[in-house]
Amino acid sequence: MVILILGATSAIARSVAEQYAGAGHPIVLGARDIEAAEAVAADIQIRFEVDTWAKQFDALDTESHADFVADIEAEAGAIDVVLLAFGDMGDQEESERDFAQAKRVIDINYTGAASLAEAVASRMSERGEGSIIGISSVAGDRGRKSNYFYGSAKGAFSLYLQGLRNRLSEHGVHVMTAKLGFVDTRMTFGMETPIPIASPDAVGKAIMRAQQAGVEVLYYPHFWRGVMGIIKAIPEKVFKRLSI
Amino acid sequence: MGSTAWAKKTLQGWGRFPRVETECARPERRTELLRAFQERGAAPVLAYGLGRSYGDAPLLREGRQILTSRLNRMLAFDPETGWLRCEAGVSLVDIIDVFLPRGFFPPVVPGTQFVTVGGALCNNIHGKNHHLEGCWGDHVRRVEVLLGSGEIVFCDAQTNPELFWATTGGLGLTGIILSMEVQLYPVANASIEMETVRVNNLDEFFEVSKESADYSHTVSWIDCVQSGPTMGRGIFMRGGHARQGVDAGSSVMDELAGFAQKHVDGRLFESNLLLNKATIRAFNEAYFHKTPAGVQKVVSDYMPFFFPLDAVQNWNYAYGSRGFLQYQMVVPEREACREILEIVSKSGMASFLAIIKEFGEQTHGGLSFPEPGVTLALDFPNFGAPLLEMLDRLDEIVVDVGGRIYLGKDARLSRENFRKMYPEWEKWKAVRDEWDPEQVFQSELGRRLGLVG
Ligand SMILES: Cc1cc2nc3c(=O)[nH]c(=O)nc-3n(C[C@H](O)[C@H](O)[C@H](O)COP(=O)(O)OP(=O)(O)OC[C@H]3O[C@@H](n4cnc5c(N)ncnc54)[C@H](O)[C@@H]3O)c2cc1C
Repeated sequence: MVILILGATSAIARSVAEQYAGAGHPIVLGARDIEAAEAVAADIQIRFEVDTWAKQFDALDTESHADFVADIEAEAGAIDVVLLAFGDMGDQEESERDFAQAKRVIDINYTGAASLAEAVASRMSERGEGSIIGISSVAGDRGRKSNYFYGSAKGAFSLYLQGLRNRLSEHGVHVMTAKLGFVDTRMTFGMETPIPIASPDAVGKAIMRAQQAGVEVLYYPHFWRGVMGIIKAIPEKVFKRLSI
Repeated sequence: MGSTAWAKKTLQGWGRFPRVETECARPERRTELLRAFQERGAAPVLAYGLGRSYGDAPLLREGRQILTSRLNRMLAFDPETGWLRCEAGVSLVDIIDVFLPRGFFPPVVPGTQFVTVGGALCNNIHGKNHHLEGCWGDHVRRVEVLLGSGEIVFCDAQTNPELFWATTGGLGLTGIILSMEVQLYPVANASIEMETVRVNNLDEFFEVSKESADYSHTVSWIDCVQSGPTMGRGIFMRGGHARQGVDAGSSVMDELAGFAQKHVDGRLFESNLLLNKATIRAFNEAYFHKTPAGVQKVVSDYMPFFFPLDAVQNWNYAYGSRGFLQYQMVVPEREACREILEIVSKSGMASFLAIIKEFGEQTHGGLSFPEPGVTLALDFPNFGAPLLEMLDRLDEIVVDVGGRIYLGKDARLSRENFRKMYPEWEKWKAVRDEWDPEQVFQSELGRRLGLVG
């Protein structure tokens, strides 16, 4: 089973890669920073003794996505699981000042992700098998003043995955949306969070387990489903006055 | 605009004394590390591994600290020779988990597996096999260092040899180590064949130690509450990696350790009252008598042999909020060791854990700790002034016989005594100043002992 991991240098992606490599699967890692991807690939190869490949991947270069996927399948074999783990929070204030920044955030988190997912989806649906995992965010469940560009792109990505799931279910392809709460990564480092932070290792395990069980929407840590349920239920009038 | 996330964090060494508030970054890849280094502003910098140094060696007030725990990729491994190239944040527990099943073990391990290879090199750590295998640095052939100038260089015995020498045991003050090549050694399995020998006093310890010189690993626990004729009684352990086909059955010790690892966290016991002379005496008494007299042959798992304390997470918290201090010294003369044990046992400030071992003939230079002689490691709850006064007294004894104390475990040595203990400090500092003229790399220990500035 070939596993393709995009945005492979993040702590979460690396942990997911380790889970699958630990189960003996070959791993293809795509990232913008090819040197970093090569280091992760070497690490996984040494630790788990599985075949690994490191590939340069740019979410913004949507033109290249179809060839990118074709090349990987030619070299490593049919992709069985793809994890879309890339993303960029951007800087909300900068995005408000300069729409080019906002567009970048939207393009990486939504346009790029949808483009890549399409490229893989068409191949998987032809074969009638496969799994697509998109890492979305609880930030996409409700717009907030502090990160609405990132949130809206993730929200759009969640909706996209929902639709894709609808389309592909009859072709035997599984689509999973992973909505992650606070994870101990670069994004949350140093943040004072009111809610406990999950380790990347735990997240990696949860994602593989959920994928294998055919889960469609994974909230992790699980209580985030409840937390977001409450947050979504707060009336707009009240929500505007809360600083969350 | 900078994009490194700096966070204010309270950092501490394993002894939890002192604690400092500092600005930290935790890069996850090389480019992030280089960026953080550039974006530090004018502040001095220090790397922080897993914080298993006891005192202030890994701490820096009013500076920027780089946490290396996520820079932990293994980059290349040659199964023919055992050479591993890896990033500095790779920990020994990672190496053991990955390579022990394939028949390799780190060349030297300390009493805990939760240390990074970067930290291992910077303290040039020693293990139970010091008398035969020397220190960590003796098994490293090439080191990649980020200098204060921002330049990245390699050093080894031929290329930039003086930087290689100063970085080994250099307490992180020559630069940030990015990666290194270290040799792993073949072992037949995960078991340890060992003998425990109950010794009734210090003289017996030295006798057993002498006749055990051929065992690859030796170490001894010692009951430092005793004085007079039983002073120095303890359990001597000798042995090493088991031969092919010799496997440890699961012993009660292993099971206990497994249980403790899962269920016990030292934080639960954080109390300034828990470890006092009475409880320490009771523990020592029980531990001594638990081991049958004479020589016992045992096959055990490597964990309780090498890392008995790792079984309890955060055990350092059991010393209470005031923290604790370790005093580890080496002296070339046995009499000095006796004198020190006497002072400690009379002081009423007992050490919960006391470890004694004879080092081999190697001396490692620079700021590395081991030199030929007998080393004693003592843990003391932080009793404050009376303890500090006693330790100052012990320093005088150590200095008088040409011994020294382990900087990786120190939080209080005076500059004056340091200079007497480490006569090579001037040469070391000259090398450091040449490679870090702007004094970019600093630490609390470095400031206290006059190694920086
Ligand atoms: C229970 C226990 C038992 C121990 N037993 C032994 C023993 O038997 N023998 C022995 O020798 N030691 C022993 N030690 C001490 C321990 O091995 C050392 O302190 C070791 O250096 C800790 O590694 P670390 O990764 O935690 O480094 P830290 O303590 O975080 O740092 C150690 C030093 O290395 C520097 N450093 C770390 N990483 C880098 C890097 N990438 N670049 C530049 N500088 C860096 C730091 O600035 C600091 O000066 C023991 C410690 C404990 C807690």
